[in-house]
Amino acid sequence: MRMIQRTNISKQKIILIRLISVFLSLMTASLFLQFMGHHPIDVFASLAIGAFGSAYRLRETLTTSIPLVVTSIGIMIAFKMKFWNIGGEGQIIMGAFAASYIALNYSELPKPLLLTLMFFAGFLGGGMWALIPALLKVHLGTNETIITLMLNYVAIKWVTYLQYGPWKDPNGMGFPQIATFEPNAILPKVFGVHIGWIIAIFIVLAISFLLAKTKKGFEISVIGESIDTARYAGMNVKHVIVAAIILSGGICGIVGMMEASGVNRTLSSNVSSGYGFTAIITTWLSGLKASIIIPVSILFAGLIKGGSFIQTAYGIPQSASDVLQSLILFFIIGSEFFVQYRLVRRTAKEAL
Amino acid sequence: MNTSFLVAAVIASTPLLLATLGELLTEKAGHLNLGVEGMMLLGAVAGFAAGYYTNDPLLAIIGAGAAGGLGGLIFGFLTITLRANHTVSGLTLTIFGTGVSSFAGTTFIGKKMSTEFIEFFNPVAIPVLSKIPVLGPMLFKQDFFVYLALLLAILLGIYLYRTRYGINLIAVGENPGAADASGIHVELYKYIHVVLGGALCGLGGAYLATVDVPQWQEQITAGRGWIAIALVIFVSWNPYKAILGALLFGGLSIVGFRLQHLNVSQNLLDALPYLVTILVLVISSFKQSKENAPPKALGSPYFREER
Repeated sequence: MRMIQRTNISKQKIILIRLISVFLSLMTASLFLQFMGHHPIDVFASLAIGAFGSAYRLRETLTTSIPLVVTSIGIMIAFKMKFWNIGGEGQIIMGAFAASYIALNYSELPKPLLLTLMFFAGFLGGGMWALIPALLKVHLGTNETIITLMLNYVAIKWVTYLQYGPWKDPNGMGFPQIATFEPNAILPKVFGVHIGWIIAIFIVLAISFLLAKTKKGFEISVIGESIDTARYAGMNVKHVIVAAIILSGGICGIVGMMEASGVNRTLSSNVSSGYGFTAIITTWLSGLKASIIIPVSILFAGLIKGGSFIQTAYGIPQSASDVLQSLILFFIIGSEFFVQYRLVRRTAKEAL
Repeated sequence: MNTSFLVAAVIASTPLLLATLGELLTEKAGHLNLGVEGMMLLGAVAGFAAGYYTNDPLLAIIGAGAAGGLGGLIFGFLTITLRANHTVSGLTLTIFGTGVSSFAGTTFIGKKMSTEFIEFFNPVAIPVLSKIPVLGPMLFKQDFFVYLALLLAILLGIYLYRTRYGINLIAVGENPGAADASGIHVELYKYIHVVLGGALCGLGGAYLATVDVPQWQEQITAGRGWIAIALVIFVSWNPYKAILGALLFGGLSIVGFRLQHLNVSQNLLDALPYLVTILVLVISSFKQSKENAPPKALGSPYFREER
C-alpha cells in the first residue's frame, strides 16, 4: 500500500468521508458505553431527548449554543493564522470580570448605556488578556499555546480571589459569592432566549464579512498560509497578528459579558463553564468556516445539555459526553487524511 | 528554607519530572504532543483502579504506563500514520483523557488506597547516602516512585546521548528525511518513542493519584501536564536539566502553604506556578540558541519521498 496526494476531490466525497467518520465515532462510543454496562441506543436516545425534547430544553440548548458560537468565531480568527489560542476560557473570564466591574459599580446608569459599556468592557477585558500572548509571540517567538493556557488558570485564580476577598457580597450570608447584578445590568430576552443570540448572529456576519471581503481578512488568511509569503508581499505581519488576536480575545470577552449578564447574573470563577475548550472542538469541526460554526455549536450545545440530562436520568456521568465529543473529533481529525490522500495497492510491477 | 520543605518539593516535583521526561522523549521524535494532561489523567485513573482492586503496586504502575501509552498510541496513529495536525490531535487527547478519567473515576470519588498499598510507598532510606546533610533526606530517603523517576531521568540521558538508538532518535527528530536515507526506520522510531513518552506521562499521573494524594479526585493533575510541556522548553530538551526544572516547579507549587502566615491570599498564591511558567517561557525565548533549540522537524509531518 502507498499513498498518493489527491489532486481533486468532489464535495460529495468529502461529505461522505465526514459522515463515515462521525458514524465510526458513534460506534466506538457505543462500544465504550456497552463496556461500562449501559445500553448505547438508550443513552443516545436520551441524549437527544435531553437536548431537543421539549420547547424548554430546546431553549436551554440554544442558550448554551450562544457562547459556543461566539467563542468559536473568536478562536477561529486566531486559528486561521495558526495562532493556537486555547485561552478562550481565560479571555471569557477576564471579559466577564471587566463587564462585572461596570455592572457592580455603575448600575445607576440608564440600561442601554450600562449594557453598552459592559459590552465594550467585556471586549476590552478579553482582548487585553489575549494581547499578552500575542505580543510575546510576535516579539519573542514564545509558544502561544502554553501562555494562553497558563493565563486561563491565572484568570480563574484571580476571580476566585475576588470572590473570596474584595468583591465578596456582604449580604451573601458568608457565602463566597459576588453580588447579583441589578436588573439594569441584565441582558433582555427576545423570544425566551437572552438577546445574546442576536449579538451572536451579528458577530458571525460581521466576522464572515471581515474575513472574506476586507484587506485585513485577506492578510489574515495569507499569514495563515505562509508568514514568509505575507512578509514578501509587504504586509506588516506583526501588526496584523496582534490586531487579529485582540479581536479574537475580545470576542471571547464578549462571551464573558453575555454569560455573566444574561445567564448567571453575577460573576463567578466558573462563568466560562468550559466553553473555551469546547469551542476549540467546534471551531476545528467547522473547518474554520463561520457559517458551519452555528450548526456545529448547536449540536455540541445539545451534547452538553443532553449530557447533564443523562446524568440525572441514567446516572451516567456527564463526562460521558466529553468522551463522546473527543471521539467524534478524533475520527474527524483522522478522516482528514482520506480527504487529502488516497491509498493504492502497490502493483506487481512497482513491487519489483 | 528548611529540609522538610526540600523533601516535600522533591515529592511535588516527581509527577512533573515523569511527565516532562515523557514529553521530552515525544518531542525528540519530532512530535509535539499537547495531550500530556490527558495522558497523565489516563494513567492516574488506570493506576488508581489497578492499585485499588489488586493492592499490587507493580500492577498499578504497569496499568498506568499502559494507559498513558495507549493515549500516546492514539496520538501517534493520528500524527504519524495519518499525518494529522499535532496541535489539534494533542488537544483532543487532553479532552479525551479528562473525559475518560472523570467517567471511569466516578466510582472512586472519595475512595482511598489501602494502607497496605500506601505502606509500600513509604520512604525508604538508602544506607550511608541518606546521612548526607540536606541532600540525603531530599534524594535518598524518599519513596520508591521518586527513585524510579530520578533513575528514569538519568537512564533517558544516557540513552539519548550515549547509545546508537538515542542518536538515531535525535536524527529522526532533526531531519527525518536524512535519517530515512541512512537506513533508520523513521515511523517505527516515532511510534516507539511517542508511546513510551505517553507511558511516562501516565506514570506521572499515577504518582499523584496513588502515592502523593492517595485518594481519587477529579482532574487530579490540575494543569501539571501543561506545566510539563513548558518545562520541556525550559530545560531545553535535556533530561538531566529536567530534574532541576521539575524541582523548581515542585517547590513553587507547595510554596503557597508555607507562605500562609504572610497574609497573602491563598488564591493569589495558587496562581504562582502558572505565572512562573509564563515567566520561564519568556526567559527561555530570550536565550534561544543553537544548542537550546527544539528538534528541527518538531511538529511537521514526515512524508517519505516516492521512490
